[in-house]
Amino acid sequence: MCMIEYEIKPQNKFSIGLKELWQYKELFYFFTWRDVKVKYKQAVLGFLWAVLQPLAMMLIFTLVFSKGLNVKADGNIPYPVFALSGLLIWNIFSNGLLNSANSMVSNANIIKKIYFPRLVVPLSSILVALVDFCFSLIIFFCVILFFRHSLSVNIIRLVICLPVSILITVITTFGLGTFLSALNVKYRDFQYVVPFLIQFLLFVNPVLYSSRIFKNAALNFIMQLNPIAGAINLARAPFLYTVIDWPMILVNLFIALLLLAGGIYTFRKTEAYFADLA
Amino acid sequence: MKPILEVQHISKEFFIGGEPERYLSLRDIVSNPFKKLKQPKVESFWALEDVSFDIMPGESVGIIGRNGAGKSTLLKILSKITPPTKGKIICRGRIASLLEVGTGFHPELTGRENIYMNGSILGMRKKEIDKHFDAIVDFSGVEQFLDTPLKRYSSGMQLRLAFAVAAHLEPEILVIDEVLAVGDTEFQKKCLGKMEDVSKSEGKTILFVSHNLSAIAGLCTKGIVLNRGRVNFIGEVNKALTYYSGSLSNVGLRNQVSQEAQLIFQDIIVRSEAIANSDVFFIGDNVNIKVVIKVFRNIATLIVNLNVINSNGELMAHLVNEDDNLILKNLSTGTYEIDVQINEIMVTPGLYTIDLWAGSSYAGDSMYQMSKSATSFEVIQGKRMNRSSAYPSNAAIFMKSKWSINEAVNIS
Repeated sequence: MCMIEYEIKPQNKFSIGLKELWQYKELFYFFTWRDVKVKYKQAVLGFLWAVLQPLAMMLIFTLVFSKGLNVKADGNIPYPVFALSGLLIWNIFSNGLLNSANSMVSNANIIKKIYFPRLVVPLSSILVALVDFCFSLIIFFCVILFFRHSLSVNIIRLVICLPVSILITVITTFGLGTFLSALNVKYRDFQYVVPFLIQFLLFVNPVLYSSRIFKNAALNFIMQLNPIAGAINLARAPFLYTVIDWPMILVNLFIALLLLAGGIYTFRKTEAYFADLA
Repeated sequence: MKPILEVQHISKEFFIGGEPERYLSLRDIVSNPFKKLKQPKVESFWALEDVSFDIMPGESVGIIGRNGAGKSTLLKILSKITPPTKGKIICRGRIASLLEVGTGFHPELTGRENIYMNGSILGMRKKEIDKHFDAIVDFSGVEQFLDTPLKRYSSGMQLRLAFAVAAHLEPEILVIDEVLAVGDTEFQKKCLGKMEDVSKSEGKTILFVSHNLSAIAGLCTKGIVLNRGRVNFIGEVNKALTYYSGSLSNVGLRNQVSQEAQLIFQDIIVRSEAIANSDVFFIGDNVNIKVVIKVFRNIATLIVNLNVINSNGELMAHLVNEDDNLILKNLSTGTYEIDVQINEIMVTPGLYTIDLWAGSSYAGDSMYQMSKSATSFEVIQGKRMNRSSAYPSNAAIFMKSKWSINEAVNIS
């Protein structure tokens, strides 16, 4: 009976609590599963929405940016494929960020009544965005097939680059998401900041345009440092012949991990008092 | 054998009045970064002070105390929902806490899905839920509606389902807060029976908070009496209950008419919004009072009267349902909840008691029931008052006042 022994005391030391997170691993699944289920319940088209949204965005962006404003894609990629590959990565980031920033507040009733590692809440709300991504991959492959004659796909690159790109995106989103969700418990202003921030970031990231639009080398370099920009470029690499800048990818990954560490640190520091604040 | 739970000098401080309790808004910081320096002192309030006790494996312990005694805070600390300010607790087992039934229930999910969701939030593995699934469904009695969304369930069904999940938890220590206050009597009995099984035959340790003293007497072997954040008594359950009722002699709800009563006052609850789950109010707070009456015979006209009495025994206020145009006519037998809100209580800080009275008219001989000192609540000076000194206790009431100063024009 005395197998587990632990202490409850005032919080002072810092730890990620990985061991505990692992004990509660099933909760990730249940939270994600609940959110996915609830999201599409009572929607006639259900999961189709995860497919239709990026498709509609791709069409409108193609019309406005490519046909209208004559924005050039990287290399010879047809603009729809170019836009969609950017959008898929962007959607993981933006939906994940939006979900996780609100997650602690919207689950306040549970947080006030039951103990479990709080990190499960923002992290699983980001996983919901990842589930949507998996559905939208279907449309991605359909679009690639549709443009197969004007598009060269490097399958090996696709198999390597796409997972790495998703990994960088997810780590970045985890970092910013946990950070914002912790702040949102204390400062409700972030409910208004986050949607604005996402709109703002859409234009900062090379979702709709090539990441090499800047003539200025310094600006170009800053753009390359951005992990989301890196992830988007990586997702487009299978359609290009240019050399992949792996050292820069490592830098992106490193920055993403820094964000993650910062986010989790902030979250863990304020976590104990969520029940008192929410 | 080592205790399964060692609570050592636990204290919990809450901040009242100042900003830390409210949501901070960035605007406050951005617009006036220096304001912090001259902010009025934040008052603090110890919900628990130096609470220590040990619990041996297999014991079932009832925690007794008035509203605001710190019971819920203690359970929250034990369930790791909020950390203590001082002290520590050593646990030698898995704790599952039931501070609320149906935590994590989602109205859009079906009964089946909610069993899994709720179970896993309560700390069950999927395998465990699979194993107990049939027993849970059986206990809840909602098999036909398993694949119906929860939002179509009646509240009774939701409650049964929720308790069924909770009853099949397999922790070493089970912490339960007042979950039986809801639901019909038959179901309450079933729940109590299940909890007795859990503690007696399965040898689990139970910590149980309830206002239902008979439930505590039936279920627990040991009692802890909390009063204003401190442990007043620890010991055998019957002694604890005696101690508690002794300390309550002036605040127990007792009905004066016992023979062939038309109705009885079953319960009275005073809840504060400022200090959650307590009966402590700031001057100017709204006081919410819930009176539960049980009517035994049909009543044509009912007048309910609630008197607020100060610590000197002087009548401070006389409240009647008709004041707010609530006419109570033709009540059939049954249980009713009457909610009374006193808007902005403007009385001097102190302890106040409430007398209840019910009758068919205002005449004394038309009385159905009376309960003297049914409950009490405390008013403290609090955040709305800016003065730097204490409000004098011999000033009977507090009045809101506006002050200004102008230079006088001398007309000589």
